[in-house]
Amino acid sequence: MIVAEKLSKYFGSKKVIQDVSVEVQRGAITSFIGPNGAGKSTLLSMVSRLLKQDDGIVYLDGKNVHKQKSKDLAKTIAILRQSNVVQMKLTVRELVSFGRFPYSSGKLTQADEQKISEAIAYVNLEELEDKYLNELSGGQRQRAFIAMVLAQDTDYILLDEPLNNLDMKHAVQMMKLLRKLVEDFGKTILLVIHDINFASVYSDRIVAMKDGSIIAEGPTDDIIQSDVLKSIYDLDIDVHNISCNRICVYF
Amino acid sequence: MLKRKIFILTLVALLLAGLYLFIHMNFQAMEYLLRTRLEKILAMVLCAVSIGVSTVVFQTLTHNRILTPSIMGLDSVYMFIQTIVVFLFGSGTFVIMQSDAYFFLTILLMVGFAFGLYQLLFRRGHNNLFLLLLVGLVLGTFFSSLSSFMQMIIDPNEFLLIQDKMFASFTNVNTDLLLLSTVIIAVLCVYIFRYRHYFDVMSIGRDHAVNLGVPYEKIVKRMFLVIAVLVAVSTALVGPITFLGLLTANLAREFLQTFRHTYLLAAASLLSIIALLGGQLIVERVFSFSTPISVIINFVGGVYFIYLLIKESKKI
Repeated sequence: MIVAEKLSKYFGSKKVIQDVSVEVQRGAITSFIGPNGAGKSTLLSMVSRLLKQDDGIVYLDGKNVHKQKSKDLAKTIAILRQSNVVQMKLTVRELVSFGRFPYSSGKLTQADEQKISEAIAYVNLEELEDKYLNELSGGQRQRAFIAMVLAQDTDYILLDEPLNNLDMKHAVQMMKLLRKLVEDFGKTILLVIHDINFASVYSDRIVAMKDGSIIAEGPTDDIIQSDVLKSIYDLDIDVHNISCNRICVYF
Repeated sequence: MLKRKIFILTLVALLLAGLYLFIHMNFQAMEYLLRTRLEKILAMVLCAVSIGVSTVVFQTLTHNRILTPSIMGLDSVYMFIQTIVVFLFGSGTFVIMQSDAYFFLTILLMVGFAFGLYQLLFRRGHNNLFLLLLVGLVLGTFFSSLSSFMQMIIDPNEFLLIQDKMFASFTNVNTDLLLLSTVIIAVLCVYIFRYRHYFDVMSIGRDHAVNLGVPYEKIVKRMFLVIAVLVAVSTALVGPITFLGLLTANLAREFLQTFRHTYLLAAASLLSIIALLGGQLIVERVFSFSTPISVIINFVGGVYFIYLLIKESKKI
């Protein structure tokens, strides 16, 4: 379980996150939603020790994240941020191989190679595995980065807008894949996601943020309500039940 | 494929070394010639390896392919030390400059400068490498200006002493210090080489590296100091040779097309050796010592630098 206690973060004098406390349950998909600049990405960065908070503590399975060895954490928690630009010439397979670094320290074993192939197969990039990253489309590149995170084989997976650059087909495939990881392997997944309907259909719980604080949190069905959504987005959103899914119409 | 390229580079380096060793051999003075030439080769190898290795690592830490460690201002500090010694002690300095104590003092001051920068910026909780480099750059300019000022007002004959120090030269390396420098540089290079897999991961960016369990900030700080010592030793031994690292680190990257530092570090070192040996051969056999080697290296390096700037700006 991930527990954040009274997290705060300032950039200069601007408070981006203010006294945020949140618990994320194991074996579920938790989506973080909210308008731009709400502090969702910052929160995820602090939970995954990419960014140091100015105040508060993050516990991962009961242990303070910032007091643990980075190498050990890398086997438990993985994060992929939004913009992933790599200037070097790398093939897909080489990139995904980096995901095994916490285990192999640079010397890949047979078992590592196996995991790498599996991760590439998960995101359907087998045919492109020897292509260079700069030869791929945005969506293919995004899937390659996700494969790297999968190869890391961690209990916790944090993805910041994983559907960026993906077309509808691949977006659905990606969410189904994440669902499968939760159901088959008991992974815990945290997402920052902008498409409210993807959040509604695929997540177990939703945390809604606005102006650096959490304003609503709970099981998906409790959050996907017109009045709650109105308070988050300042937008009139109709919620319809379509084949057991709660779909928002806001166009 | 990569191994073969490294093999080719090794072969070329060995060939040049052999050529340098035996060209125009006078068999009556063979023993003497071999010894002095071997010493020169050793000095070149030491300089080449420290410049090649430190530049590759420095570029990985800064994610920038057109930087060299000289941006920390170490070269300027070196020149400042030379100038101030000549300024204070006049023409008697030639004796001082040849002494071992002077060598250590130079290294100590340069490392002290880097360490001071480090304390000033990293210890106070700042983790910004670029701020540190910027301060280094500004201080470097400050020291250069002070040096030029003093160079203006000293005796022209004494200025010649300084001018001699402005360019790296392998013709009169203090051989007593070679062994010690070899030990220091070898230890530091082995230390750096042990981190090679970390550098591979660091080159895909800080966030990915931290995510993959690399103690990023710790390594950056540690390597900053190691690089400073490496550059200081090589500069104190032969003098400043700025563009060599820029030239060879980039050639290594272009030639190998890889992110693997095992090969990058080796290739940059070998290319530096080739450049120095080749350059020295040209200096000695074509120009008959009329030009210092760093003039040739800086010329080639400068041209390559402009090529890099044009090429990189076209990408954007």
